[in-house]
Amino acid sequence: MLKVQNISINYDVCVVVQDVSFALEKGKIIALLGANGAGKTTLLRALNGTLPIAKGKILLNEKTLTDYSRSEIAQKIAVVAQENETKFPVSVMEFILSGRFAYGTTFGWETESDLRIALDCLNLCDLANYENRLMNRLSGGERQRVVLARALATQAEVLLLDEPTANLDLAHQALMFRLVRERCKSCDSAAIVITHDLNLAAEFADVIILLNGGKIEAKGKPNEVLTEANLNKVFNVKVLLDENPVSKKRRITTIY
Amino acid sequence: MATLLGSEKLSFFELTESQKTILFDIRLPRVLLGACVGASLAVAGASLQSLLRNPLAEPYLLGVSNGAALGTMLAFVFFSQFEYARPVCSILGAGLATFAVFQMAQSRAGMNVERLVLSGVIVTTFLSSIIVLLTSLLDAAKLRSFTFWLLGDLSQATSSGFYLTLVVAITGTIILSSQARALNLMMIGERDAFDFGVEISKVRLIVFATASALVGISVAASGSVGYVGLIVPHLIRLIVGSDNRLVVPFSAIAGAIFVVLADTVARVAIAPRELPVGAITALIGAPLFIYLLRK
Repeated sequence: MLKVQNISINYDVCVVVQDVSFALEKGKIIALLGANGAGKTTLLRALNGTLPIAKGKILLNEKTLTDYSRSEIAQKIAVVAQENETKFPVSVMEFILSGRFAYGTTFGWETESDLRIALDCLNLCDLANYENRLMNRLSGGERQRVVLARALATQAEVLLLDEPTANLDLAHQALMFRLVRERCKSCDSAAIVITHDLNLAAEFADVIILLNGGKIEAKGKPNEVLTEANLNKVFNVKVLLDENPVSKKRRITTIY
Repeated sequence: MATLLGSEKLSFFELTESQKTILFDIRLPRVLLGACVGASLAVAGASLQSLLRNPLAEPYLLGVSNGAALGTMLAFVFFSQFEYARPVCSILGAGLATFAVFQMAQSRAGMNVERLVLSGVIVTTFLSSIIVLLTSLLDAAKLRSFTFWLLGDLSQATSSGFYLTLVVAITGTIILSSQARALNLMMIGERDAFDFGVEISKVRLIVFATASALVGISVAASGSVGYVGLIVPHLIRLIVGSDNRLVVPFSAIAGAIFVVLADTVARVAIAPRELPVGAITALIGAPLFIYLLRK
């Protein structure tokens, strides 16, 4: 559904992402891992057209990304980014309905179906009865969940999530990944998630891409990528690898 | 009601010929022009605030009004023989000032509130100094009329000026209302707006151009009536919430009422002499601005 072919991204003369290729398939979650400054966010911002690419191609359903209009892209790709605090008293409902912008008309108002979708997404994100609360009165974790609810409300087939669990407590971290997983399974969607939590990545991702200095260091199933050698090379830390006794997925413990 | 109040009190039912002239030729155009000016400034303020994600953005504070004032003054001094030179130069001046402030407020990290307000202050004082330099070219009679106009003055209302202002006010309000949904997203954040389908550069161009036209036409008609674009949208947001689909049209109505009321006070307070309406709006607006800044 989303194919990235040999793309490079520059900031002025500095090459930030170099020769990156991968394909995102329906129903799958890709975790994008790497040290700070490895080019993860830059790559993610290029995938919805925010940043221009210097080389290569991004294909969305076999069509070049730049051939789509802004609202077409917004209907197909939703982004969950770290939220800026707004200085205006925007309610949670107004915020989530902004995710339905691409479906509306110039002078139009949201339809019954828009409202129902927004309320469903609120409930999914454990935010029932939050619709009239103001965004600038919410905690960081609550805001982060509203941002996810808005992305889900777009009903986009591709979800791009930039550190979605940064402000979340343990329970809500798991809820966030469960929701993304369910959305990918039930709606033929797919997701790319940037995270620094290697264990969450091992638990929920189908494919892991390990970025190092803007290039792909390793790509594949969690067990193939999350190796001692790779993690030592990219993060320069020693790790202990074993198996999660419950999920049987790889477990990573940092040795300090 | 506003048309009946003034240094000469009028009654609805018994009007002499001279009172009819006062009512229909002097006061009615003035009240209607005041309504157009108020609506234009309030709508421009509401839209600029959402576009720039800054609740303190206001045509007067951002230097837009001064750009328009300088444009009008240049027309006044150099092109006074052309009827439409004033509104055209005023709109151009407003547009250039908006562009300058916006460019100055941009940094590598984007635009922040402090930088924007500071840029507005710099452009405002720079333009003010040019206006002061130009006033030294005027003779004494022109100087008094110009100074009064600069502070916001509706007394020079004419029918032709009113129709042009009315057309621009209505068209501008419709255009900005058409951008209200996009402005709702811009208010949350430019990156968010882009992610969810807003063509940012198009919306920015439409809003800047329309707001400049609204401010320009208002300043050409009545000088710098300050703070209308700041306090009216804020009061409306307190009542109807932040949705620009409501804030923009309601600001137009409330802005019209606010300026008509302020002008009535300006005409009545020390009758038979008059105060500039801009002095009244600033007297109300400045303390409210301080309150909002501290909030």
